[in-house]
Amino acid sequence: MLPGDILHSSAKAIGAQPMRSSLILIAMAIGVAAVIVLTTLGESTRQYITGEFAALGSNLLIVLPGRSETTGGQPPLLGETPRDLTLDDALALQRSRRIEQVAPITVGSAPVSWRGLEREVSIIGSTASLKSIRHLDIVQGRFLPATAPDRAVPVCVIGQKVREELFGKVRALGQWLRIGDRRFRVIGILAPRGQSIGVDFDDIVIIPVASAQALFDAPGLFRVLAEAKSWDSMLAAAAEIHQIIQARHEGEDDVTVITQDSVIATFDRILLALTLAVAGIAAISLAVAGILIMNVMLVSVSQRTAEIGLLKALGAEPGQLRLLFLTEAGLLSLLGAGLGVCLGLGTVWLLQRMYPALPMVTPAWALFAAVAISLGTGLLFGVLPAGKAAGLDPVQALSRR
Amino acid sequence: MSEEVIRLEAIQRVFQVGDQMVHALNDIDLAIEAGEYVSVMGPSGSGKSTLLNLIALLDQPNAGRYRLNGKDVTELSDRELAKVRRENIGFVFQFFHLIPRLSAAENIEMPLVLAGVPPARRSRLVAEAIQAFGLVDRARHRPDQLSGGQRQRVAIGRATIMQPSVLLADEPTGNLDRASGVEIIDLLEALNDTGVTLIIVTHDPALGGRAGRRLEMIDGRIIRDHHASG
Repeated sequence: MLPGDILHSSAKAIGAQPMRSSLILIAMAIGVAAVIVLTTLGESTRQYITGEFAALGSNLLIVLPGRSETTGGQPPLLGETPRDLTLDDALALQRSRRIEQVAPITVGSAPVSWRGLEREVSIIGSTASLKSIRHLDIVQGRFLPATAPDRAVPVCVIGQKVREELFGKVRALGQWLRIGDRRFRVIGILAPRGQSIGVDFDDIVIIPVASAQALFDAPGLFRVLAEAKSWDSMLAAAAEIHQIIQARHEGEDDVTVITQDSVIATFDRILLALTLAVAGIAAISLAVAGILIMNVMLVSVSQRTAEIGLLKALGAEPGQLRLLFLTEAGLLSLLGAGLGVCLGLGTVWLLQRMYPALPMVTPAWALFAAVAISLGTGLLFGVLPAGKAAGLDPVQALSRR
Repeated sequence: MSEEVIRLEAIQRVFQVGDQMVHALNDIDLAIEAGEYVSVMGPSGSGKSTLLNLIALLDQPNAGRYRLNGKDVTELSDRELAKVRRENIGFVFQFFHLIPRLSAAENIEMPLVLAGVPPARRSRLVAEAIQAFGLVDRARHRPDQLSGGQRQRVAIGRATIMQPSVLLADEPTGNLDRASGVEIIDLLEALNDTGVTLIIVTHDPALGGRAGRRLEMIDGRIIRDHHASG
């Protein structure tokens, strides 16, 4: 038989039983669509999260007090380490050739009030460098002044939410805020930004690091953000940080340095594994569709027993019959896969309309894999019915009317 | 003396029915020459259909040898059997056995499709056959839109489209009214006149009597082999 004829007669056989064929198509399409939608969700989340980290600046090194081998997870809390990371440590890092700039960070929370309105707000103590290291934008006024980091200047920069809640429609710039038992003048307002890796930059007050140390009466730093001069010198910079701290801490290397890269890589791995796992679960539905194809094809072989016997009597070789039925199964799964791709991409489009915040990315490999798996299961589960058709005894097949 | 098309030697075909062995064909020796017109008659269960299936290569003997056109076809693989069947044998069934979803023309075309004949040549051959069997205005109709006689003509067209040397018919008029039956027999006989070997299985003596050679079977044996004179 010519390949064109095989395709033609398989297509005709599919068209002859619209009910049966559309059932198979729907099962296959749902499986393929599930694979596409789930991998799209997984992949989009992965790209979103790694993108968030990349937005922090790819040359970023995070210095935590305390020795820890982990590259992710919660940093050790203050007080766990025998020796604090101090402002002087941070300033010493600043002098390294390999480090562009350093932002010491202390965090705490304190009541913030203005004219009788009071809120408990997270306070970050840092220096002017924080703005460029964390890519913060100012909509009004200016950021912390670049004065000596150890000077406790009474100024603050507030987030959008703090401004709204405390000042409402009143102009906040230049007003004196009370934070704990001290007063700070508002010199800048952050641009709206929302959550960024656990920190809500809208509900925050940033004050000079020395002021924060005085406010919380704690000399230790929560962490130090350091930006390496270039991406290539990240490892050298990390090593140098260890050296400098060791020299200053009586020979003890008691800090942990996390590179931005390693955090991204870890998240990347976890989320990729998650995507694959979810896609695997979806692929099970494809296998179910494959079994459905097998059942329906077996029924089809029984129903067409007389026709198969006739084809044999007309001189059809067993191989030809096998090929005919496999082509039919293959065509059905390809059509189903095509339908599933449309259904899946349509669902992704709908989801994108409903959740514009998460940019949806459908990986090309998922499309390819979904179609390949559906074709594979179709053929795999088509083998048994096709073999049954090829092995029919023509005399018995014909005598059954 | 013309050449031998079919030669059966000591053919045995045994079926197991329950715990009993039934000799559907018991030690059959038969030789049929090219262009012969043979009828096979006998009561139900006499083995005449089994004989026809065996000649058609749809069934295999348990013992004995079968030569078709001088070639031993007793021990061929399924694949080779299909090829020999396709090229040498046309089969007409009592119940027509047309494929219901295909048009008359497509049914006639089927053996050519299975043989891998290129489409251009195929449509020419099919057009000729449709012309020859008087089906011109019925070519696009499906079997359920045809009368019994028309269906059997489509079946004969299909059986002869590969120009086989042997045409086998199993009760070809069994499902037709008398007029259509006569028409079909005339058609088969006309084909026989062109040199095709024709073997018809029937239990209708009037029909069987028209053949130049009449075989009578009982209990798996040929009990009479009668050559009509003239």
